[in-house]
Amino acid sequence: MTKSFGAREVLRGIDLSVGEHEAVAIIGASGSGKSTLLRCIDLLEDIDDGDVLLDGEVITDPSVDTVGVRRRLGLVFQAYNLFPHLTAIQNVVLGISRGHGVERSVAERTAREVLARFGLAGREDDRPDELSGGQQQRVALARAFATRPRAMLLDEVTSALDPELVGEVLAAVRELKGEGVTMLLATHEMTFAREVADKVGFLHDGRLLELGTPEQVLEAPQQPETQRFLRRLLEAGRA
Amino acid sequence: MSADQAAAAATLPSPDRRAERAAARRRSTRRGQAIAVVSSVIVLGGLAALTFTSPGWPDVRDTFFSWSAFKDAFPDVLDAFWLDVRMFVVVEAVVLVLGLVVALVRTIGAPALFPLRMLAVVYVDVFRGIPTILLVYLVGFGIPALQLSGLPTDPIVLGCIALSLSYGAYVAEVYRAGLQSVHPGQRHAALAVGLTEGQALRHVIVPQAVRRIGPPLLNDFIALQKDVALVSILGVGEAFQAAQIIAASTFNYTPLLAAALLYLAVTLPLARLLDRWERGRSGRKT
Repeated sequence: MTKSFGAREVLRGIDLSVGEHEAVAIIGASGSGKSTLLRCIDLLEDIDDGDVLLDGEVITDPSVDTVGVRRRLGLVFQAYNLFPHLTAIQNVVLGISRGHGVERSVAERTAREVLARFGLAGREDDRPDELSGGQQQRVALARAFATRPRAMLLDEVTSALDPELVGEVLAAVRELKGEGVTMLLATHEMTFAREVADKVGFLHDGRLLELGTPEQVLEAPQQPETQRFLRRLLEAGRA
Repeated sequence: MSADQAAAAATLPSPDRRAERAAARRRSTRRGQAIAVVSSVIVLGGLAALTFTSPGWPDVRDTFFSWSAFKDAFPDVLDAFWLDVRMFVVVEAVVLVLGLVVALVRTIGAPALFPLRMLAVVYVDVFRGIPTILLVYLVGFGIPALQLSGLPTDPIVLGCIALSLSYGAYVAEVYRAGLQSVHPGQRHAALAVGLTEGQALRHVIVPQAVRRIGPPLLNDFIALQKDVALVSILGVGEAFQAAQIIAASTFNYTPLLAAALLYLAVTLPLARLLDRWERGRSGRKT
């Protein structure tokens, strides 16, 4: 898969597959193309070349129903992107009822259950500005998960958080992993990638330089770029 | 004094120091208030003295501020003002819908809407650029002159159409600014949860835009509520027209003052509401 913004090539020939119930973590420096990769898969950006397949169907084909594809995927943003005019539960209900056509009372019951699973029981009627960053991101995870997507795309879900709030969001992602949710996640949290991911890929300058088990990529990286990236993280105390 | 004692003295101001500072603050406040009072008396008193001692003041007082003329004219002007109220309420309702439709047409990028989008751009450019009084003339005298059956001929209706066209263009721009101020991430999030573009607009983008445009919208409504007086040039018996007729027959301009007070009575509450709204926003926690 290839993607350019104008003359700038952001993704150059990415070849990656995520198996059912598998979690793949993409690591890499800011600007390496992690977010763009996820947004291309959720069809928020057009790709220039290549295909994205979901359950064997080429979803990047122009004739494919874009909205239908997005309903089968769940994307969570770095900056949460909650709807500020809606309460926590309304944020979750909107996609289930309007997007998936589920009856409102059923949608509300589902939303309540999912919020409770992410530790948000009692906060259903709070608006996003009444919630902490960690709580907001958990609402965003609930919102994406509530429609039981075939796969979830998590775009650096902890990067915008204060350090003391990272743990609660990672716990929520762990919960998803335990549920067997297929996941593709861009992350900066190496320890977390090691723990949750079945495979880790290293994205550098739009190329997937390395892909393997967490042990292979994080303990014994082959490429000099990967080694340099991991060393810098280690020096910054983030690995 | 040891280093420890010095540190303690620095972090714990003595009760004396606190009282001293509070007293200084009070003195400074009182001084500010005194200056405000004195300067107000000088400026306002000076203006009043200048007005009341001017050679023409007795005549002005009798022709513009005659209590008996005010009492005589007020019921009629108030009666006519009821028409102004009905007109601006109707025009406000029309403008709210018209403005939103035009703004949406300009914002939605669908290729099929291209001709409509062009029309919307031309509409806003033209009707925002023409003086409202000219529009009232053109619509009020132009449409009946076409002598087409089915077109309205009632000057009240024609006046309302002219005002709606003019203010619709302003309000469309207010809506458009509101729509554009919603972060693109909101649209992405709406699409990501499986909404269509239309649903994203309806449930996510428009509700947020509408919440933000309250103050500029009220501002346009204040302008509109006094611009209904322009319809008087079509011979509509609204408050300004009524006041003018009485003034012309009694050679006393006090009825115009009565009309002015009535316009103020409907615009001032909106202005205060606007102030409070904006205070509320800036004071809100983030």
